[in-house]
Amino acid sequence: MKSIAIIGGGVAGMEAAAKLSRMGFSVTIIEEKDQLGGKLMQWHALFPARRPSAEVLSNLKKQVKLGINTILNARVERIEKNDDGFAIVLNHNRMITAHAILLATGFDIFDASKKEEYGYGIYDNVITSVDLEKAFSSGKVVTAQGKTPKRIGFIHCVGSRDEKAGNPHCSKVCCVTGVKQAIELKEMIPDSEIYMYYMDLRMFGRHFEELYKEAQVKHHIQFIRGRLSEAFENQDNSVLIKIEDTLLGKPLKMNLDLMVLLVGMQPSGGIAGILRDLEVEKDADGFVKQTDNQLAPSKTNTPGVFAIGTVTGPKTIEETISEARAVTLEIADYLHNKVASRILMNENYSL
Amino acid sequence: MIIEGKKRLWQEYQKEIADDNYFFVRSCIRQSFFPGAEVMFLNIMRDQLGKDVYENPGHTTCTGIGYHTDVVPLETTMTVVARQFALMTEAGYKNYAVSCITSFGLYSEILETWKHYPEIEARVRENLKKATGREFRIPENVAHASDIMYKYRFEIAEKAKYKLINQDTGEPLKVVEHIGCHYAKMFPHKGVGGAEYPYVLVGLTEALGGEIVDYPERRHCCGFGFRQYIVKMNRGYSLSCAKTKFESMKPYKPDLILTNCPGCPYFLDRWQYVIGEMEGITYGANGYGIPVFTYEELAALCLGYDPWEIGLQTHQVSCEPLLRKIGVSFDLNRKYLGINGKEIGRPAKPSILMVE
Repeated sequence: MKSIAIIGGGVAGMEAAAKLSRMGFSVTIIEEKDQLGGKLMQWHALFPARRPSAEVLSNLKKQVKLGINTILNARVERIEKNDDGFAIVLNHNRMITAHAILLATGFDIFDASKKEEYGYGIYDNVITSVDLEKAFSSGKVVTAQGKTPKRIGFIHCVGSRDEKAGNPHCSKVCCVTGVKQAIELKEMIPDSEIYMYYMDLRMFGRHFEELYKEAQVKHHIQFIRGRLSEAFENQDNSVLIKIEDTLLGKPLKMNLDLMVLLVGMQPSGGIAGILRDLEVEKDADGFVKQTDNQLAPSKTNTPGVFAIGTVTGPKTIEETISEARAVTLEIADYLHNKVASRILMNENYSL
Repeated sequence: MIIEGKKRLWQEYQKEIADDNYFFVRSCIRQSFFPGAEVMFLNIMRDQLGKDVYENPGHTTCTGIGYHTDVVPLETTMTVVARQFALMTEAGYKNYAVSCITSFGLYSEILETWKHYPEIEARVRENLKKATGREFRIPENVAHASDIMYKYRFEIAEKAKYKLINQDTGEPLKVVEHIGCHYAKMFPHKGVGGAEYPYVLVGLTEALGGEIVDYPERRHCCGFGFRQYIVKMNRGYSLSCAKTKFESMKPYKPDLILTNCPGCPYFLDRWQYVIGEMEGITYGANGYGIPVFTYEELAALCLGYDPWEIGLQTHQVSCEPLLRKIGVSFDLNRKYLGINGKEIGRPAKPSILMVE
C-alpha cells in the first residue's frame, strides 16, 4: 500500500488525510501539538455566518478517526529522500517512511508586538483578533481592569500589506474577520461604539459584502479609512490612538477602551528545516512556491512533495478544504505514474 | 502598562558602547543654550569615572541643522563629517562620542549610507583629500554621550551624593523623559532601548533612584522640529507641540523632565515661560514650571556638583523647588555669579511663571 505522510494536523491536514485514507492510501498525520485542529482551535466562530468553529472542528476530527495513523507531539527533525520516497525522522528517535509528503503546516500569526508603536504586550488594553476570539469563547469581553469596554477600535492590516513589518502581502481573511468580530461585540455590548480603521476593505467572498453592509446599517459600526500611526496608554489605562483619516486627509486622535489588532498571516517560520531537506522552494513572499498557480496549485518543485492550505499563502477555510480534496487526485496521480514508470524501468519492481 | 513587555523589548535594543578613550565632539547649540551641560559631561567622565576623553578645538559643526533645513547639500555635509573623522584618526582615537542628538543621527545616517554605497564613501574621501589633504578611518564605535552616561549609570549612582528621592515623602521623584527624535527614530538599533520605548534615560533615572512616568504624548516632538522653529512663520507649531506634551504630562505631576537632545531641553524649558505669558498656564506645582534637565546636569547634580556650576541658573524654569525636594544644598545668593565671582546679570521675572 502506498503511504503518504501529512505534516500538519489542522484543517488542511485533517481533510486531506480523511480523503486519502478513503482512497485506500496509508496515511500518517504528523502533528507537533498534543491534539489535532491547528489554529481552528483558537477560533470561536467562523465568518460569514458565524458558525461555531467547534462544529467544523468536530466534523473534521470525526473523519480522521477512521484508520488514520496520527502522531501527536511530533517534531520533524530531518527528512531524507530515497528511491522509494522519503524517510522522516521525528523527535524521540521515531522514523516513518512515505512515498509522498503533503505539507499542511499552515501559517504563523503575525506577532503584533513587532509593531512596537501599537503597544501590544505593553499597553493593558491592546489585544489581537486571536485574543478576542478567545474572549468570545469565554463568553466575556472586558478590559484588563475588568470593565465592559464602551468604545472599541479595530485596526486592520496589522502585519499585512506592511513592507516595514516584512509582509507586503494581503492576509485576505482579516477584513471579514474584523467585520464579523465587530458585529459579535456589538451584539454582546449593545451600547458600545465600534470603529474600524481600514486601509481598504476586501470583501471578496460570498456573503462578505452583505456582512459589511449589515455591520453599517444594522449595527451602526463606523468605518474610517485610515492608518494608525501610534498608540499610547492614558492614565486610566484606556488607549489613545493617532490616526490619519485618509478620506478627510486629516489627523485624528481618539480614546479607546479596547483596541483590537487584526493580525495577519505570515509564512510559518518553523518549517525552514523541512523545506531545506526537501529542497522545496519558497516564493518571494516567503510562502511555499506553487509550481503553477492555476494548473498545479498543490505541487511543489520537488516531485512527491505537495503543499496545501495556508502553507502556500493566506486562504479561507473553504478554500483550504477545496485544496485538500483536490490534492488527493494529484497525489494519487503522482503515485500511480511513479509506480508505472518504475515498472517500465525495472521489471522486478513489485507492487 | 505591562512593564515585562517593555523589558522584553529593551533587551532587543542593546548596543555596544566603548569603555574608554573617546574622541568627543560638541554640539553647536548646547554651549549657548545650557553651557554647563557638556562641561559636566567632561568633568564626570574624567574626574569621576577616570576616562580618557579627547577633544580637538579644530572640530566644527557637523552641519546637521543646515542639512535638515536643506541649506547644506548632503555631499558637503558628508565631507565635513569626514573631516571630523580625520581629526579623530589623526589623534589616534577609534571611539567617537557625540554630544548632539542631531549629529549622532547624522553620523549614523552617513555611516549607514557609506556601508550600502561604498562609491559615495570613496567620493567623499576624494573630496576631503582634495580640500584638506586629510584621510580618515571609520570610527569603531559611535556613541551618544547619553549612551556613555547610561553605560556608567551604576558607577555614577554609587558615587552619587543625592538620590532622586523626595526628602519629604521618601518617594522616588517622578521623571518624564524625552530622548529627541534623531537619537533612535531613524535607526532604532542605534539607541539603547529602541525608538518607541527608549531606555537610555530610563536606565539613568532608575539607577539614580527616580521613577519614570510614561505619559500619552511621550513620543511627541518637543517643538524643535527644524522646519517648525527655524522657519519663523511656523513657530506656532513649535509652541503647540510643546504645549501638547505639557498638557499630556501634567496629570502625572512630574517632578522633572529629563532630556537628551540640545533642542528639547531648550524648548521644553523656554516654552513654559511663553505659555505662561500667553495663556496664564503653568505646569508645575504652586505656579512654577516643571524643571527640565539634561542627562549630564542631572548626573552632575546627584554627584554633588554645585547647581550654579552646573549652569542650572541658565534655565528659565526655576530648579530650586526640585533641589529642595532632593535635599541639595545651594546658596541662592550665588545663583547669578559667574565662575570668577562676578555678577552675570539677572533675567527679568516673568509675569506668570513663578521663579526664584
